[in-house]
Amino acid sequence: MVQSETYNYKVIKQFAIMTVIWGIVGMTVGVYIAAELAWPWLNFDIPYITFSRLRALHTNAVIFAFSGCALFATSYYVVQRTCHTKLFSNGLAAFTFWGWQLVILSAAITLPLGITQAKEYAELEWPIDLLITLVWVSYAIVFFGTIARRKTPHIYVANWFYGAFIITIAMLHIFNNLAIPVSLTKSYSAYAGVQDAMVQWWYGHNAVGFFLTAGFLGMMYYFVPKQTQRPVYSYRLSIVHFWALMFTYIWAGPHHLHYTALPEWTQSLGMAMSLILLAPSWGGMINGIMTLSGAWEKLRSDPILRFLIVSISFYGMSTFEGPMMAIKTVNSLSHYTDWTIGHVHSGALGWVAMISIGSLYYLIPRLFGRELYSLKLVEVHFWAATIGVVLYISAMWVSGIMQGLMWRAFNADGTLTYSFVESVQPMHPYYVTRFLGGVLFLSGMLVMAYNVWKTVTNTRTMAVADQIPIPALAH
Amino acid sequence: MEFLVLFQSIWTVVVMIVFLSIMWWAYSSKRQPEFEEAARLPLEDDDSVAAMTKEKIHHV
Repeated sequence: MVQSETYNYKVIKQFAIMTVIWGIVGMTVGVYIAAELAWPWLNFDIPYITFSRLRALHTNAVIFAFSGCALFATSYYVVQRTCHTKLFSNGLAAFTFWGWQLVILSAAITLPLGITQAKEYAELEWPIDLLITLVWVSYAIVFFGTIARRKTPHIYVANWFYGAFIITIAMLHIFNNLAIPVSLTKSYSAYAGVQDAMVQWWYGHNAVGFFLTAGFLGMMYYFVPKQTQRPVYSYRLSIVHFWALMFTYIWAGPHHLHYTALPEWTQSLGMAMSLILLAPSWGGMINGIMTLSGAWEKLRSDPILRFLIVSISFYGMSTFEGPMMAIKTVNSLSHYTDWTIGHVHSGALGWVAMISIGSLYYLIPRLFGRELYSLKLVEVHFWAATIGVVLYISAMWVSGIMQGLMWRAFNADGTLTYSFVESVQPMHPYYVTRFLGGVLFLSGMLVMAYNVWKTVTNTRTMAVADQIPIPALAH
Repeated sequence: MEFLVLFQSIWTVVVMIVFLSIMWWAYSSKRQPEFEEAARLPLEDDDSVAAMTKEKIHHV
């Protein structure tokens, strides 16, 4: 018998475990800053742990460390298993792992020190940006190199989404971080004034569209069919909504700059494109959920599937809310309020985190060749996460709309009804509720960490199905 | 400037035609068997932990 080749599972295992760890770290920082908003004395007058510095650490940790590791892990798994070939280069794949961890550690050191480019989601200074570029180019080589060596005739749709995510993030990262360095820890953006703002939000919104959406749709298109054992509802729809997303997402950024110095027509274009985005977004949501059509009863017994399907529901909800908030008149109420924070978290916790969690529960037993320790604990995690998100976003809705209404209230003589601090005071109970929602979500992650720990340290191992199928001779 | 406006108008039409062609391509009935095969790709690949076949006790 021929010695059969195996897939590279090592790098996937590393990324999968780090997803859980960085998830806990990033969400702990999030819970802490939520507590600081409710009880401001919690910063103890120490500059390193003020809200202003920890907030960037939180967003970087959950987006790039937690979600990033989840994307690396799942994309390496999906691309190998659907292309029937191992990763293009084990060395480069290992470099992406260690390089990415170094990026995360650098962020964890520089952000609390106050070293920042002051661009949202692109805070990291230029030396770290260069390292990110190196890691990302390696990632692209590994991913597309693997696709080029595939033994299957088709490039499965999940890989299209992962591929679009990798290419677009490379483009966004490079253009938004063009800067003139003046020292090792300080640089100035290459753009000035409103151009700088537009480039930043072209980057910012597409970081949402491609980092937090396209990559995770790739996850959806692999793990939902696998967990339900049914093919995707409509393969045609997946192609059409893929291209529709590609054609429209890139234009939506200006909705972050309504009523600013940005030209009026650019704002209106951004709003129109954001409204159009509803169609391709819901195309994806319908395709994901309808994959379950005819097998709905599986939701009752399978908490992993429930994670996946509920995440798609949150995706549908936040991609409805997003276009609504991009309408200029709605935005005049919602912008700069907690409503935005609630919207982001229904996407980030409800969609991104929950689909990653579901995919990891699928992945980890298969990677380590051990049965999942407890399905009951997955159930516990599911409810903690779901109730946590709902508490979080409903608190932010109420708080955000209240803020928006108070800020725009005028007296008969044209003066403002409320001073700013008068709008801060009534937010307290909602900030406490948001903190509790965060604590619930985080405790779910701790349950997951325990479950994963018990799974991978189980001494009863099973055979891992990591052999690459040998292609039939007559082809 | 004149040229830029003309270019933008042509580009808008070109991109729209490209997108409509993708839709036409994706929904033409000729592609149906090919897509069905593609959709089954992940399902035909067995990645389960092979429970009974090679069970072994691992001593740490």
